Amino acid sequence: MGGLLSYFRSLIGSREMRILILGLDGAGKTTILYRLQVGEVVTTIPTIGFNVEQVTYKNLKFQVWDLGGQTSIRPYWRCYYSNTDAIIYVVDSVDKDRIGISKQELVSMLEEEELKGAILAVLANKQDMEGAMSVAEVHQALGLDLLRNRTFQIFKTSAIKGEGLDQAMDWLSNALQSRK
Amino acid sequence: MMGMKRDKKDEEDASGGNPFHNVEKTAVLQEARIFNETPVKARRCTHVLTKILYLINQGEVLGTTEATEAFFAMTKLFQCKDVVLRRMVYLGIKELATIAADVIIVTSSLTKDMTGKEDTYRAPAIRALTAITDNTSLQAIERYMKQAIVDKSPAVSSAALVSSLHLFKSAPDVVKRWVNEAQEALNSDNVMVQYHGLGLLYQIRKTDRLGVTKLVAKLTKMPLKSPYAACHLIRMVCKLIEEEESAGGEVTSLMDYLESCLRHKSEMVIYEAAHAIVNLRRTGPRELAPAISVLQLFCSSPKPALRFAAVRTLSNVAMTHPAAVTACNLDLENLITDSNRSIATLAITTLLKTGGEASVDRLMKQIASFVSEISDEFKVVVVEAIRSLGLKYPRKHSTLMSFLSGMLRDEGGLEYKASIADTIIAIVEDNPDAKEAGLTHLCEFIEDCEHTSLAVRILHLLGREGPRTKQPSKYIRFIYNRVILENAAVRAAAVSALSHFGATCEDLLPNILVLLQRSQMDTDDEVRDRATYFYSVLSRKQAALNSQYILEGLQASLVTLEKALLNYVQQPNEAPFDLKSVPLAPVIEERLVAPSGQIDGAGSRAAPASVAAPTATRLPATATRQDVYIEKLSAIPQFASFGPLFKSSAPAELTESETEYVVRCVKHTYAQHMVLQFDCTNTLSDQLLENVNVAVEAPEGFDILLSIPCQKLEYSVMGTCYVALSLPESVLSSTGTCSATLKFTVKDCDPTTGLPDSDDGYEDDYVLEDVEIGVSDHIQRSAKASFGTAWEEMGSMNELQETFSLPAIRTLDEAVRNIISFLGLQPCEWSDKVPEGKSAHSLLLSGVFRGGYEVLVRSKLALSPEGGVTMQLSVRSGDAEVSELVASAVG
Repeated sequence: MGGLLSYFRSLIGSREMRILILGLDGAGKTTILYRLQVGEVVTTIPTIGFNVEQVTYKNLKFQVWDLGGQTSIRPYWRCYYSNTDAIIYVVDSVDKDRIGISKQELVSMLEEEELKGAILAVLANKQDMEGAMSVAEVHQALGLDLLRNRTFQIFKTSAIKGEGLDQAMDWLSNALQSRK
Repeated sequence: MMGMKRDKKDEEDASGGNPFHNVEKTAVLQEARIFNETPVKARRCTHVLTKILYLINQGEVLGTTEATEAFFAMTKLFQCKDVVLRRMVYLGIKELATIAADVIIVTSSLTKDMTGKEDTYRAPAIRALTAITDNTSLQAIERYMKQAIVDKSPAVSSAALVSSLHLFKSAPDVVKRWVNEAQEALNSDNVMVQYHGLGLLYQIRKTDRLGVTKLVAKLTKMPLKSPYAACHLIRMVCKLIEEEESAGGEVTSLMDYLESCLRHKSEMVIYEAAHAIVNLRRTGPRELAPAISVLQLFCSSPKPALRFAAVRTLSNVAMTHPAAVTACNLDLENLITDSNRSIATLAITTLLKTGGEASVDRLMKQIASFVSEISDEFKVVVVEAIRSLGLKYPRKHSTLMSFLSGMLRDEGGLEYKASIADTIIAIVEDNPDAKEAGLTHLCEFIEDCEHTSLAVRILHLLGREGPRTKQPSKYIRFIYNRVILENAAVRAAAVSALSHFGATCEDLLPNILVLLQRSQMDTDDEVRDRATYFYSVLSRKQAALNSQYILEGLQASLVTLEKALLNYVQQPNEAPFDLKSVPLAPVIEERLVAPSGQIDGAGSRAAPASVAAPTATRLPATATRQDVYIEKLSAIPQFASFGPLFKSSAPAELTESETEYVVRCVKHTYAQHMVLQFDCTNTLSDQLLENVNVAVEAPEGFDILLSIPCQKLEYSVMGTCYVALSLPESVLSSTGTCSATLKFTVKDCDPTTGLPDSDDGYEDDYVLEDVEIGVSDHIQRSAKASFGTAWEEMGSMNELQETFSLPAIRTLDEAVRNIISFLGLQPCEWSDKVPEGKSAHSLLLSGVFRGGYEVLVRSKLALSPEGGVTMQLSVRSGDAEVSELVASAVG
């Protein structure tokens, strides 16, 4: 029995995990993607469309899709939902005005049938900046209390400084591996 | 794995070795779902993508939804690092960019590829990005485009430059900002980059002449490394020369530059320069000589492409400057035996244009030796050369004719056969000596002709020309064979042709009647109808009936006749339909006399059509200019009482071409009235004209009935105002001159919006040139197939004869042209062609004067010994005053 289990393990291990990075425009998705891939901060421009990169974290291979967050591009997110293992939802903790919109997008995304089994990591980004909301505030504002039947966790991060990303990835890898 | 196997099997099954032989759209789009799978199966995806591209390029139409679905599935392939697949994706993006929706979704991915490290991705990514970019997203990628233009990789730089050229069409303002980068690309060492850089730079500056002048001045001083760029520069220089010429500028230095390019080290540039020089309008013998001599050198080049280019250019030059090409005759002679048939053909046809009469026979023999080996397209070139030769050397007609008839017998498509028939017809019409031989060849041709349209045309020609030959009876057999053997359209044409013989040759009439009687049993309605009609006309044996109902045919404009008949049927009427109420169709100006050496394709093709209308060919009745006028004028109620429109003149300019206001006048003649139509255009963008009319001072005897102004004349929008005149009672005073003045109210306006600045305007007027009303305005051309018969029929009741001397006219040709344009009559029986070397000629003209009086004019012209031309003019018409008016008009 144990042999069989480890056989499946090895199958899962060899398959690339598919991760989507979503969030409103200017939240820091592309910066996070390249921080994860090359480990440094690159200059970015607003993403028209998407970026896709292969990220290796602790011997695990992820295929990470960073989808543009502009209002005009959000409708296309759903084209990329299928076969998704995990979602990294990035929130600009300083942008209090639009946290409501961010919540709406998150809620409607989670309602999608195709994402039913996907694990969710919420990143309260830009914690290095003055006036950023705390993790609890973001948790509250996004209405995560009401979330049921979903493996999820919230992290405070700063993509610029590289803080919090490792914790998030650690949690994500463990969650993904123990899921099956 | 299964899929691969199946594909392989399909491949073997496919006939002709095309693996995509049985590719089907819905199946392929179904297969495209594989794009969504992870991990990506690169090879299979590449294969499916190839199929999609294949389908699109085969003309398969994808709907927006299916294209969008395939496109979004394809975007997922960006996760795969396979180089081949990625480049296929670029191609897919370019193909689907115009069909699918929301294609901007790949913008970021492409931007990344074009700026990335992978060099094989960069150039195609730029091209794909250009395909999906609209004006709004162009701003976002502008920085990258600028960088790419000056990139050190030539492929990337070229791709960016060419993409910029494409973008220029939709976003010129943005691309204009990249001029510095383009300038830098121009200094590149790479031949392609330099060429594309120049292309973009020129595109940006094209509309700014000073800019182009500066650019050209700079570049002509620095040698361009790239031969492509040098060729482009030569084209720019040519365009500049043409523009400068028309503006009266100085072009010597530019011409010098072109000439210096003849000594360039690249053959491509030398050829381009030579080609440019010979095609410039200003080129004379002096400029031509060096260009011709390099082309001459190329004629003996070992490279076939170079020989072909040279001989083709020489062949064109031979039309305009045959003398200059004569120098190359020897080299061209050598090319006659070239193993490349296209080169040989061009060499021979060029020699035919430049060579003397003596060499014709020899050259024709040469062509005959390989004419069966060349393509139809080049055969047409040969035929056209023969045609101009026939017009140039009428005495050679027997050689040419027998050659053409040989070609007619060979295999060939319709276009080729038609061009031969055209040529024979043209030679027959031009050269009376060649007529009999030409008709005989055509007769033989229709014995075995698979093209209905050609057979019909030839039968029509036989019907028209055959009866007037020495021995008309010999054509009857050929024509009647058609009645027995061919399809309905040809049979009908043959019956019509037979009737012409019956109407013209009395001794053949009994036989023709028998043949027509037999044709009345035909299975086809049209053939039976024609046979019955012609039989009943001919059996009456009245010359007048024959000429009116057989030889002349219907002269009314078909479009208006149809309308008139429709009206007549819709409104029950006791009176019979009056054909006279339908205006005559103006005879189409078709007979362009091809100047010797010039090839004129359309020339004689139209000739049979105009006279043929009812009997021979069923031509589509197109609306003529006159029909358009009828439509326009009948919409104006004030003119309704004038009756049917008799004739509309050609438009005459009443202003100089580049003035503030441009006015043209068209004279419309009715039985008792004349309407002057003034088409006015306001060329001042800062003025709005209102209440525009033309004040006319009518000549003696004319009365101005009414004037319809044009309410508003905006900038560059044509407006029309009318003046209606009643014509004088006496026919004799129906010519004269009207002075005309344009009167209007001016309002200044904003040039951009066209809205007037204020409601106040001021009156102004503008003097126009006089409107001349001449005899030709009252006469409609109408052709007579047999002038002699018509002349006799008319009788000498109202005949007038006068003799004039025209000292200012030097040649008979000139006299003929002047008389025709002055009287506005139709020349009959090809009498407007003066045979070469004759000192006397008879011009036969016919037409109809308004009110329906036929007018016939016979004008005997002779060169007088003391210079100038003497003319004896005889006029016959149905009305004494008309005769007098016509006779007096010439003096």
